[in-house]
Parts: sequence; structure tokens; C-alpha cells
Amino acid sequence: MPNSDAQTVIETPADVADRYALEIINVSKHFDDVAAVNQVSLSIDKGEIFALLGGSGCGKTTLLRMLAGFETPSAGDIKINGVSVLHSPPYQRPVNMMFQSYALFPHMTVEQNVAFGLKQDRMPKAEIEVRVTEVLELVQMTRFRRRKPGQLSGGQQQRVALARSLAKKPALLLLDEPMGALDKKLRMQMQLELANIIESVGVTCVMVTHDQEEAMTMADRIAIMDQGEIMQVGAPRQIYEFPNSKLTAEFIGSINLFEAVAAFDVASGGAAPCRLECAELPCTVVSNETDSRFAGPCYVALRPEKISLETSLEPADNNWVRGKIDDIAYLGSHNVVHVRLETPAGKTKIVQVHVSNFARHAKSLDFEQAVALSWEPEAVVLIKAEAA
Amino acid sequence: MKPLFAHLFANRFWVIAPPYVWMLVFFALPFAFILKISFAESLIAMPPYSDIWSWADDGFQWLGSINNYLFLLDDDLYYTAYFNSVRLALVATLVCLVVAYPMAYAISRLDEPYRSLFLLLVILPSWTSFLIRIYAWIGLLKNNGLINHALMSLGLIDEPLVMLHSDFAIYLGIVYGYLPFMILPIYTNLVKLDHSLVEAGYDLGARPWKVFVTIIFPLSMSGVVAGCFLVFIPAVGEFVIPDLLGGPDTLMIGKVLWQEFFVNRDWPVASAIAVVMLSFLIIPIYFYRRIEMQRLEANK
Amino acid sequence: MRAARVMLVAGLVFLYFPLLVLIIYSFNESRLVTIWTEFSVKWYIELLQDEQLMGAFFLSLQIACATAFMAVLLGTIAAYVLVNFGRFPGQTLFSSMIVAPLVMPEVITGLSLLLLFVGLSELLGWPASRGAMTIWIAHVTFSVAFVTIIISSRLREMDGSLEEAAMDLGATPLKVFFVITLPLIMPALVSGWLLAFTLSLDDLVIASFVSGPGASTLPMVIYSSVRLGVSPKINALATIFVGMILVGSFLVWWTMQRWQVYATDKKAAEG
Repeated sequence: MPNSDAQTVIETPADVADRYALEIINVSKHFDDVAAVNQVSLSIDKGEIFALLGGSGCGKTTLLRMLAGFETPSAGDIKINGVSVLHSPPYQRPVNMMFQSYALFPHMTVEQNVAFGLKQDRMPKAEIEVRVTEVLELVQMTRFRRRKPGQLSGGQQQRVALARSLAKKPALLLLDEPMGALDKKLRMQMQLELANIIESVGVTCVMVTHDQEEAMTMADRIAIMDQGEIMQVGAPRQIYEFPNSKLTAEFIGSINLFEAVAAFDVASGGAAPCRLECAELPCTVVSNETDSRFAGPCYVALRPEKISLETSLEPADNNWVRGKIDDIAYLGSHNVVHVRLETPAGKTKIVQVHVSNFARHAKSLDFEQAVALSWEPEAVVLIKAEAA
Repeated sequence: MKPLFAHLFANRFWVIAPPYVWMLVFFALPFAFILKISFAESLIAMPPYSDIWSWADDGFQWLGSINNYLFLLDDDLYYTAYFNSVRLALVATLVCLVVAYPMAYAISRLDEPYRSLFLLLVILPSWTSFLIRIYAWIGLLKNNGLINHALMSLGLIDEPLVMLHSDFAIYLGIVYGYLPFMILPIYTNLVKLDHSLVEAGYDLGARPWKVFVTIIFPLSMSGVVAGCFLVFIPAVGEFVIPDLLGGPDTLMIGKVLWQEFFVNRDWPVASAIAVVMLSFLIIPIYFYRRIEMQRLEANK
Repeated sequence: MRAARVMLVAGLVFLYFPLLVLIIYSFNESRLVTIWTEFSVKWYIELLQDEQLMGAFFLSLQIACATAFMAVLLGTIAAYVLVNFGRFPGQTLFSSMIVAPLVMPEVITGLSLLLLFVGLSELLGWPASRGAMTIWIAHVTFSVAFVTIIISSRLREMDGSLEEAAMDLGATPLKVFFVITLPLIMPALVSGWLLAFTLSLDDLVIASFVSGPGASTLPMVIYSSVRLGVSPKINALATIFVGMILVGSFLVWWTMQRWQVYATDKKAAEG
């Protein structure tokens, strides 16, 4: 068994240790030459809810399991409150996890499940009793304390699992696909509730999910992962509004992407708006972007809700195209209209636009109707084309 | 796969050691002894065999001989017995499969609690004494036994059918004794079969028989193969069945080995018989091991 | 499907008919097994008065109990190693030694073990004599395989995150094994124990090889009496056997049904 005493030397300055609950430093994990996690570095503030978001096989679960101690990194370091936990086995880490399957012990009652971790710390019986009651109240499961997990519904099991992982007051709470086992309706309700409980306790939390809505509802910050690497880290709004890669843009929400070439008026000293020539848009696109690093090949990214659709075909200079309605999907709260454009290269391009129910009726939209699309310069987000 | 969990046992050697050492000493090591004795000569002494080497003054000396093996080749009793054993075991295994498969399928399609009840009913007899179950057939099959008695009093036959001490009795005994071992692995495969695959087959227009041949049976193949090995391999070396039900002409190698050992007290020849039997059973045993490990992995 | 059900019923009749005849004729006054004369329990009384048979029965019972405990102990460790330890040096040999006894013809196992005991006693002076001890060793050796298979399939069905969760909450691996793993595989341990017990109680061939003078197990005594012909006393013994096992297993099945709630709970929780 590794000696944990040797690990208690604090190597980082105290202020850094104070600020970050968790530091992941250049962590990699290889399984038989395949990098499941590749050179990931992240710093997570105390009390923050942080989401690792990505598709299956992106390495997010492996990263989480390394934090819990179930996998050992091939390279890099993991520090909790400034102390490296690399050589601590899972049962000595100040980390608790809520498993995707909840992993409630079927042969123990709710109460025994919650008390399990406290018993391992040899907490006196009376204190265990108090703490168990406290956390069960927190998740409103006091009534069910004598039940076995098999007698609880999915949502109730989740509450017990949360209570169990909070009971030990961990420095770091890990959630593995927290809503994975719930149906959609319950999911929405539990997302907010879970986030509220975690915030009220003030525990630092890292969650793994493939559901962008879940990540955006619950997390303060999100990291998008793909093929073992972090693509982008930021607040939900930042990631949605300013995706920094084609992958992030397509992963979060729906988006229209057009290949373009950006040109900057260098003489203006970065004050003049950027003008773009698009092979896929029959108009000049103007953006407020002034950063000249976007010069050259790039993508113009437009969210469907930021494009306005008009039936009057009065032309404008920039950011204005004409097309025909290809399809209308009624989604209840709004409509997604697919507009077919003729590109300068003579091909067709489908653009998604969100139209409210009210607008749809007012304009009495129909298939094959000619419409005009326009957008503001600030709606245009530029994404650097990756070197092929 | 839990690499980390395993990793945490810094001293996991001590966890593996007890079963490992036990099986090494009491299962693997004996084969070295049986091989050794098969090269020795029979003596009237205790133990009744000669040394196959010596460490006398002039160093190591090999004293063994292959006479026992030559003896097996010489007498056609032995290869008749080997051939008979394989033939009887093979045919009985196939009959067993034909009987067991529908039974396993029927049980797998039952609802609880009937499924576990019928499974229990199938397993139960194998928990009672094998010896007694085989013995039970003697009273039924004898010339003046119950079956002949019943048939004669019904007027169906005039004189008793000779059933005991025949190949028929051996087939019957093997099928009877080993039936649960065939049903169980097939059942465990069939019960895990996703029934929507069968429904998809019907939906796509396949008739029940076609669905069975193209979907159900192939998917239960590993259970079928495991069951066949589980019956065939031990049946080849069976002693109790040929001894109690077989006749003097239906020699099986297990009985020959037994007689060589207990009646003739010729330990070296008995060892040689065992070595030869093992050498042609090693291939099915190897395949059985592979199948059994795969089946266990698949459970995960 | 109907054909399969007919076959199931026919197969069960085939399996139980000989046992039924055995039981009926154990209550027959006559020595003949074909002709029913009148009801009598005299064969049971004779059975109980047969000291050799009763002695063999108690010896077999002792060996079977001891075998079952040792086989479950070794089998649990072996199953745990096979399921959780991943690759280790000599793993192929290990799994071969675990699986091969399932199919190894009894005459081979019996003869080879006898030769081992004889060889060892020449070399090391141990075992000094053959008897209950050597039979116990032989029975443990072949029943470990069956116990390991039963327990490892249960271990594999178990949700691995339960063990991880316990460790995550601060339990050391050893503690996880005793507090989480062991209670969850207990049903498999019980059925493994019962199986090893019946395998040992049932064995004729291997015990005949490795036993020494004076130590005769029940099957050995039954065998020598059966070779002399059908005897109603053996029928009576068989009836007691079958009766015990039938009642025992129906009790187990009955309790299992009553625990069905608990069992389905487990399935739901392990999802």
C-alpha cells in the first residue's frame, strides 16, 4: 500500500492551493498505445460546478475515473487542494462519486448506504446518525431511510446516491452521467434540483455528461472534449456564443457554417469591420471581428435564431441573401425553417432559421416561397479553419 | 476488467497462491506420476511397480520401458475398448443433444416462477446419487424386470427383450445420467437470447422452423458445444455405466482400466491406458476450456 | 414450441420414472422388484440395523461436509482471481486447472491421485496412510472446479461499480470484499457448497482409488452390494436419499420464491 504521508507536502504556493480545488496537470492516459486522454490540463475553482462534455469515447469518463482513483494516469499530475493525489488509492482520496448506475448497495437500507462512508472513517455512532439525518433531509429522503434501494424509484435512488456521496463532505464531488438513468421529464426537474443542492452545500463538483442541455443547465463552466483532448473551456454562454472550433460549434446547439475567406483592413488599425467573401453565400458578410488572426480561410458561423426571415425581398448591401423555403418543421415552441440558397459556385446550400409561431402565421410561410435572410454583424462568429 | 482493483492488491500473490498451489499439487502434479508409472514394470510388492531410474554409483540410469504401451498395441482388447468408448460416447452425446435441446428451449420460454421450478426439476435428479440412478435401471431393464414384465402381461411380447447388458443399456445410461449436463449450458444460452431477434425473424417473413435454424440455433451454439463436451469427455472414461448396465462384450476403456487396476493389480498398464486415453481427450478438453472461458467472459 | 413442451414433459418423466419405481418398491414386502406383494417398511428397519452401511454413511457425510467447506473457500478465491485480477503470469495454466476437472474422466483423476499419494508417501512419508484424508483431498480437487464456475458467473453478473463505490467511500479492498462482494455472492456460495457436498457424497470411482483399507464411503458400500444384484435395502436407501434432496431443494426453491422481491430488487439496482 502506498504511503500517503509522503504526499502531504504542499508543493504549490498557498494562494494557488487556496484558489483551486482541483488541478489537472498535463494528464494523459494510454490504453494499449491508444490515448484515451491526451495532455489535459484544467484548474477548477472551489465551489465550482464543472462539466466535462463530449460524445462517447471522448475520454471524459476515463478522466473522471482518474480523479476518483480508479485509473492511474500514464503521465501528469492531479492535485486536490494543492496536494497531489496521484499515489493515493480511491479509498484514501477526499473525493466521492455518484455513479451512473448509482451503485447503491442492494443489501443495505438507504440509511446504511449513506452511513457506509462515514463508518469507514470510524466516526462515532451518534455523529453518524446526525450526519445521515442531515444529508437525507437535504435530499428530502428522510421518509425512506429504512427502505432498500430496490424499493425506490429511479429519482429517489438518485437522491440517495447523491446523499451518500455528500455524506463525507468530500473536497471534490464527481458525477458520472448523473441523469443517465432517468427519463426525460424527470431529468429536467432533477437537473435544477441537483445543481441547487450542490450549490447550497458549496462542494466543488466535476460532472461528466454527453447531454449539452444538462451541462448548460447545471454547470458554471464546461469543457468540451473530443478524442481525449479539451477543445474549449468556458461558461455555457461563452461556449454557445463564441465557439472556437467547428467541432464545438456543431456539438452545442445547431448552427449554420459557411466556408469563407476573411480580409482585414490593416490600415484602419483594427477598427474597421472585417469583410468576408463566402463561397457558400451569395453576399458579402460583414462581421464586428477585429482580431486579424482570423485573416484567411475561416468559417462563418450563424446560429439559426440570429437570422431573421422576411417575405419582402428588398435587397441590402451586406449580410443579406435570398432563397426558397425547402422545409418547415413545427417544434411547438418555434419552427425550424430550412431555406435553400443558390451559392455563387452554382450549388445549393440549406440554411436553418428559427421562426416563431406568431411570425410564421403572420407571414403565412409556405414551401417554395421566396424569402430573404438577413443578420446583424455581431451575430457573425468567425471560426478559424483548421489546417487540413 | 478492473485493472485498478486488481492493482491494489500489492500482495495479490498471496491471494492467488492457495487455490493455485492446491490445484498444482493435486491436479497437475499427479499427471507427472501417472506418466512416470506408465514406463515402469509391474512387481509383486508395495508399491507394485519398479523404478524407472536410479541414482546408483554410476550416476543416473534409465530403467523404464515402453513395454506397457507395446502391450496395449498387441492386444486388440484395448483398442476395441478405446474405439467402443468413443463410439458409444459420441452416439449417446448426440441423442442427449436431441433430447436436451427442446427441453432447454421449453424451459427458457417459461415465465417465472415456473422457469426456475422446471429448471430445478431437471437438475434435481443429478443431485441424488449417480450410482443409485444407474442402479435403478437394472431393475427396469432386467429380463424379468419391470418393463419386460409389463410388456408381457400386456401381451405385446411373448418372451423378454434382452435390454440389460447391451449397447442399448449403455446409451440409455449415458443419456439418463448426463442429460442435465447437456440441458444446463444450452438453457443458460437460450435464456439470455433476446426474444425480439426471434420476433424480428418472424416479422421479416421467416417460418418458425427457418427462424429456429437461422437465428435461435446459431445463437445458442456455444451452449450446445459446451454441453456436448461436458457429456462426451467424461462419458468416454465412464466406469459405472458400462460396469452395471453393459455386457461382457461392450467394453469401455474406463472399465478396462478399473479391472487392470483392481482385478489384475497391474498399476503400470492401468497408467499406460490412462495416458493414452488422456492423449486423445486432450484436444476436446482444450477446446472445452476455450469455450468455457469464452462463455464466462460473455456473461460480463 | 408445443413440440418442445411435449419433449420437456417426456424428458421429465424419463428422468423421474426410474426413481419413482425405486421408491415404490422400497416399500414392497417381497425381495423381488417386479412383483408387488404388500406394503412394508422392513427394508428400512434392516437398513438402519446395517452397521457397515450406517458407518459408511456417516463417514461420507463427514467427508462431504469438509469437502464442501474447503471447496467453497478455494473456489471463492479462484473465482475472484479469475474475474478481477486480469492477466497474471501462469493465468492460462490456472484457468486450465480450474476448468479441466469438470470433464476429466473419473478413472484418470482417481488413478493419478492415487499414484501421487503413493509416490509422495515414498518420497516424503506423507500421507502415511490412505483413508478419509486422501478422499477429502481428492474430492476438494475435483469439486473446486464446479464451485469456481458457479461463483465466477455470479461475480461477473455483479455490477462492478458497487465495489468501486464502496472503495470510493473509503473502504479498503479487503473490506470491500467482505462487506460488499461477499454478501452479494452469498447465494452462489450456498449453491456451490451444496453442489460440492452432493458431488462428494456421490463419488464412487475416485474414492475407490484413493481410499485405503478400512475407509469405505457410502457409494463404495452401495456398489459392492449392487454388484451382487438388486436389493430392496438399496431401494430404501435411495428413497431416503431422494426424499432428503427433494424436500431440501423444494425448501430452497420455496424460500427463493418468497425472497423474489429481494431478488428483483437486486436486479433493478444492479440494472
